[in-house]
Amino acid sequence: MKGNEAIAEAAIRCGVDGYFGYPITPQSEIMETLMLLRPWETTGMVVLQAESEIASINMVYGGAGCGKKVMTTSSSPGVSLMQEGLTYLAGAELPCVVVNVVRGGPGLGTIQPAQSDYFQSTKGGGHGDYNLIVLAPSSVQEMADFVELAFDLAFKYRNPAMILTDGMIGQMMEKVEMKPFKPRWTNEEIEQLSPWSTTGKSAARERNIITSVELDPLAFETFNKKLQAKYRKMEQEEVRFETFECDDAEYLLVAYGSSARICQKSVQLLRAKGIKAGLLRPITLFPFPTKQIAELAGQVKGILSVELSAGQMVEDVRLAVNGKVKVEHYGRMGGMVHSPEEVVEALEKKIIGG
Amino acid sequence: MNEEIIIAGFGGQGVLSMGKILAYSGVMQDMEVSWMPSYGPEMRGGTANVTVILSDSRISSPILKKYDTAIILNQQSMDKFEKSIKPGGLLLYDGNGITRHPERTDINICRVDAAEEASKMNSSKTFNMIVLGAYLKLRPIVTMDNVMEGLKKSLPERHHHLLPLNRDAIVRGTEIVKSVHEVSAS
Amino acid sequence: MSIEIKDIIKPENLVYQKSSLLTDRVMHYCPGCSHGVVNRLIAEVIEELGIQNETIGVTPVGCSVLLYNYIDVDWHEAAHGRAPAVGTGIKRLRPDRYVFTYQGDGDLAAIGTAETIHACNRGENIVMIFINNGIYGMTGGQMAPTTLQGMNTSTSPFGRDLARDGNPLKMTEIVAQLPGTCYVTRQAVHTAAAVRKTKKALFKAFENQKLNKGTSFVEVVSTCSSGWKLTPVQSNKWMEENMFPYYPLGDLKDK
Repeated sequence: MKGNEAIAEAAIRCGVDGYFGYPITPQSEIMETLMLLRPWETTGMVVLQAESEIASINMVYGGAGCGKKVMTTSSSPGVSLMQEGLTYLAGAELPCVVVNVVRGGPGLGTIQPAQSDYFQSTKGGGHGDYNLIVLAPSSVQEMADFVELAFDLAFKYRNPAMILTDGMIGQMMEKVEMKPFKPRWTNEEIEQLSPWSTTGKSAARERNIITSVELDPLAFETFNKKLQAKYRKMEQEEVRFETFECDDAEYLLVAYGSSARICQKSVQLLRAKGIKAGLLRPITLFPFPTKQIAELAGQVKGILSVELSAGQMVEDVRLAVNGKVKVEHYGRMGGMVHSPEEVVEALEKKIIGG
Repeated sequence: MNEEIIIAGFGGQGVLSMGKILAYSGVMQDMEVSWMPSYGPEMRGGTANVTVILSDSRISSPILKKYDTAIILNQQSMDKFEKSIKPGGLLLYDGNGITRHPERTDINICRVDAAEEASKMNSSKTFNMIVLGAYLKLRPIVTMDNVMEGLKKSLPERHHHLLPLNRDAIVRGTEIVKSVHEVSAS
Repeated sequence: MSIEIKDIIKPENLVYQKSSLLTDRVMHYCPGCSHGVVNRLIAEVIEELGIQNETIGVTPVGCSVLLYNYIDVDWHEAAHGRAPAVGTGIKRLRPDRYVFTYQGDGDLAAIGTAETIHACNRGENIVMIFINNGIYGMTGGQMAPTTLQGMNTSTSPFGRDLARDGNPLKMTEIVAQLPGTCYVTRQAVHTAAAVRKTKKALFKAFENQKLNKGTSFVEVVSTCSSGWKLTPVQSNKWMEENMFPYYPLGDLKDK
């Protein structure tokens, strides 16, 4: 199964209520697969092609406000258009899932894989102080599994969650084990689970208002503090990562998603050459595994952050390392993908020899 | 077992679907597999390629620079991928349309005239299955039964009547493949 | 014996009562503004239809951004222009609920043009209420897509120049062309008779939703005394003389 198809299938299986999207390469298969599978006839899931990414994300805002599990998917230029909606969703504290199958930018760019939307995804993206929960799958299996995980986290924190991937994982086929079907929440369950949602004002409660506007600055500062406390809690409780060959590592690669797959091979090649390399793969990009990288910084001689970008995650790695050891960036850009051998060479040149 | 394969040729030759059938066969045989279509600038110019990895253990990078095997079906791909084969690896190619034959001496080189054979079989669509047969003769990493299962899985049901023809083509491929150059196993 | 106030305020003397759906929040609208009247009519219609518990409203960005403070139903506050998309999301996932959007001219006919047209074109089974006063009230009187030719605003201080600014947009005529709309009407609330007509139109719009007929679109040509820099009485007169000829009242479509 292709990564993009896995997302569609997993969405139906984990009881998603609605999908709103707009076609863009390299992720159109997600909506195409949903339309072929016709989940409205089985689970009752709504699938709608919107007139734009702006409309998609606002349909998500509508559905999410009703307490429903709703999602959209797009690729970089489309996700840029969604930033307005995302900051409103974060400001109104609405859970939803957005998948960004990243392509090379800036501008219209290429349709080939890239990781150049890291800043946009992990630092908010739209206006205001907010964060999305960001998950970075590195296999087709994780593409499937993270749909449900993203919804779980989104509802736990009442915050939008993003699955940040790229055309490489989206277009790739691997073996996937699908989870069994879970029923969608009933409207009664939603009233219990999400008492804040707009289900129709019953006599038993005050009216629910989904909003992010507050004209009193002092009240709005208080609200902002609450949001920040939520993000700090995520940093305490939700950091996810994976390590390869880190126990005796003298050199560390840090890479996520597709780049982490390439770097696994690089670690094997380096070890074959007698260089003790390891890999730390952040699975959550927000919250970022700052503490774990800081710990490994005390052990290794140097760190190479490997991304399909000009160097974005490297800034978070440097903040974590805080000057303890040398940190450099390596990565191809604009849709070019580095090979495992190029990463080996970069580590030798920039860290070991540099 | 870890076999890293690139299959490269023109779009329309069945490059991607051949890779898909090989990957599905691996799944049937309980292997780890990855199938990564050309998803880069190399797609321009009408060429298509796919990297297929079959392994007993977890697969790392689905994108590679060096391959155990290259299955090459046009001249552009020959120019591009002949040099990417690991020493001691395998190059399998169809001679049809090839103007510069492989020159390396540190790899095994085999040839299957699948295009010619497909036209003899009166079915150009069997071309990629003849190539697959030739490959499996040289690298019997999946059994014929599992290949047929993989084929069943990747063909839509309405095409299942074509299964016997595809089987014949695979068998034909195993028969007509010939060695051009051999290196002693290292 | 003189009559005291307590002698007058008695149930048997009651001629008008505030809708129970209208909250006690003091409205922030300027004197002479049409918003308050339309807000009140919506509350009355929802109350009289008995659908308070089944209604979800969507407010825009503009003067009516705080509308959710005044009517006691569940609400979504949408980003500027996006109310029809938000309404679509709500209605698609809660087809058992009455959904309405409430937007001004900048929201519905400028920044949200695409969302408006496509929601109407899909025939989303919602009610869209369009307040057209030809000016941006909330931001301080700038030119709107519906500002009339020659009309002074803070961004067209010498009048709207058609060569530069284009023509005032008749959004209601546009959506009336679309097969997805079932009821398209243009009303006003400057007289008691007009208020009654608008209320009737809103009734029909909500009832259409019950019947699953498609999009009902109710434009209310409105005044903005502050933006127009006229007294409330002058505003009504100016509206009748200038707005109505360009934006004629009445039903454009009723199927």
